[in-house]
Amino acid sequence: MSARVVNQRAWWLVLPVLLIVAFNAVIPLMTVVNYSVQETFGDNRFFFEGVKWFDQVMHSARFHEALKRQLLFTAIILAIEVPLGVAIALAMPRRGLWSSVCLVLMSMPLLIPWNVVGAMWNIFALPDIGLLGWTLNKLGFAYNYTRQPFAAWATLIAMDVWHWTSLVALLAYAGLSAIPDPYYQAAKIDGASAWAVFRHVQLPKMKHVLTIAVLLRFMDSFMIYTEPVVLTGGGPGNATTLLSIDLVKIALGQFDLGPAAAMSLIYFLIILLLSWVFYRVMTLGEESS
Amino acid sequence: MARIRLEALRHSYLAAPAHDADWALKQIDLQWQDGGAYALLGPSGCGKTTLLNIVSGLLHPTSGRVRFGEVDVTDQPPDRRDIAQVFQFPVVYDTMTVFDNLAFPLRNRGVPQAQIAARVHEIAALLDLEPMLAQRAAGLTADGKQKISLGRGLVRSDVNVIMLDEPLTVIDPHLKWRLRSKLKELHQRIRMTMVYVTHDQTEAMTFAEQVVVMHEGRVVQTGTPVELFERPRHTFVGHFIGSPGMNVLPCELAGGVARFAGIAVPTANAATAVNAAAGSGRIEIGVRPEFVRFADGGVPVRVARVSDAGRHRIVETRHGESVIRVLLDERDPVPSGEARVVFDPRFTRLYVDGWLAGEAV
Repeated sequence: MSARVVNQRAWWLVLPVLLIVAFNAVIPLMTVVNYSVQETFGDNRFFFEGVKWFDQVMHSARFHEALKRQLLFTAIILAIEVPLGVAIALAMPRRGLWSSVCLVLMSMPLLIPWNVVGAMWNIFALPDIGLLGWTLNKLGFAYNYTRQPFAAWATLIAMDVWHWTSLVALLAYAGLSAIPDPYYQAAKIDGASAWAVFRHVQLPKMKHVLTIAVLLRFMDSFMIYTEPVVLTGGGPGNATTLLSIDLVKIALGQFDLGPAAAMSLIYFLIILLLSWVFYRVMTLGEESS
Repeated sequence: MARIRLEALRHSYLAAPAHDADWALKQIDLQWQDGGAYALLGPSGCGKTTLLNIVSGLLHPTSGRVRFGEVDVTDQPPDRRDIAQVFQFPVVYDTMTVFDNLAFPLRNRGVPQAQIAARVHEIAALLDLEPMLAQRAAGLTADGKQKISLGRGLVRSDVNVIMLDEPLTVIDPHLKWRLRSKLKELHQRIRMTMVYVTHDQTEAMTFAEQVVVMHEGRVVQTGTPVELFERPRHTFVGHFIGSPGMNVLPCELAGGVARFAGIAVPTANAATAVNAAAGSGRIEIGVRPEFVRFADGGVPVRVARVSDAGRHRIVETRHGESVIRVLLDERDPVPSGEARVVFDPRFTRLYVDGWLAGEAV
């Protein structure tokens, strides 16, 4: 064996990555940490406050309400979008012209910018001139999403389902397309029903892409901001004030940088924790194989 | 269980087949006796998997009928045909245990629990899977998974035929022969009809009592391994089976005597060939390297290359453009330079347009 050559020049190769990570993640995050432990006054005077803001946020009824709304919203859209996306993927043709047509149509909502989606639904659902709102009222439903909390929630959820179910469907479709034909043939010979094929062949084979779909939809829906702001602005009242909307109100509306920073960090940790829980639950029992 | 008959099967994957080449299966007539061990042997793309899928019902033939016993099953779906199939790549239900995998076909058919448990244990014992019954199927090795695939066929008592589509492809070489002898042993114990599809002559020859050789969508010969070796019906069979394959030499037929390079070559079927080749047709001599030896008075050749094949030596000789291979025992002397070879007349035959003279389809 020859002597080990010690050469530290390779560190230079890592430098660009370190710089990028520092500027786009570490430094902004540390700024937030910095704000979260200080009281800020005008002309850049700061006073150290310790965990005061964290304590305040954790015990704030307003934060609890927003968190509850956020959890409810995310739970509802996951409960709708995941099964619906899988169902659409199962119903899509596997090959030929129509599968391409379906894929293109499915991708459309994903290509529309968030604020445009919000604006579209805002107008679409207006009770007097919007196609949806007008029709509902003509059909005898007293529907007005700017006044009724329930109507606002229903509209918000319909908008999110319209915007994002395609993502789940496309991922599930990719998972389904990767199943080799012999699995279906063997199941046919074994006399499996359509449900048994779904339960024992398709679902297990889609598990990995569905894990990714659920994680993506969980994180995105938990951070949703633009669409509800454009649609309802958090109203009526605080009915659709989700966590991110509340955070912006505190940080930019009231300019309470300390509490807003503390809330951001708590928000971030909740997402991290729940993502980890989702991941663990969905990959349970895989280490053994 | 029943005898299986394939009558005038033709299949094309195209909607409107026009040319001969559009047919994956050109014309198949076959009979498989109840309880036999058969192999479907042929190179990739010869139509053997297509044929298998037609028998199992995964494909509907363009024309022709499939009969199990007296019943025409051509229009029946796979689950109604009572067949089992093992695929090239192991198919197991990943999320289930080995036990549940084996029980799956029975549960789908509504068999009572107690009966399922008894049957699964019986089959697991047969396949040496008993110690793994409680394990998840996903954790097994490739040969374990193939045994599960096979077991899912065996648990059903009503199976007409078990079809194996190149089942050893993904098995490690040192496990191949073990699984192969297991299959052979199983067949002898349960006497169920088994059809084994492969492109590997060794697998086909060791497993099957009858080997069906396919080539370009046709069956070129059905026979025991010995028949295929000693009396190939087509030069393709001569090439494909045996290592090295049969020597095929161009020849002329005049006055009832075949001549290669101007030298009379006595053959086993010269008399039939005279009639068969009456019109035109390309005439060739086919003789396996095993039946060629160096001796005086034969065809003059030049020794081109000698390769060592363990207990044998393959000597490649040339006469003009034609290559004649000779298989020698490792102790036999190998001549160098110029020599003469003679063919054993009992195993030297004439072929007209590829087919054994007098046996063309």
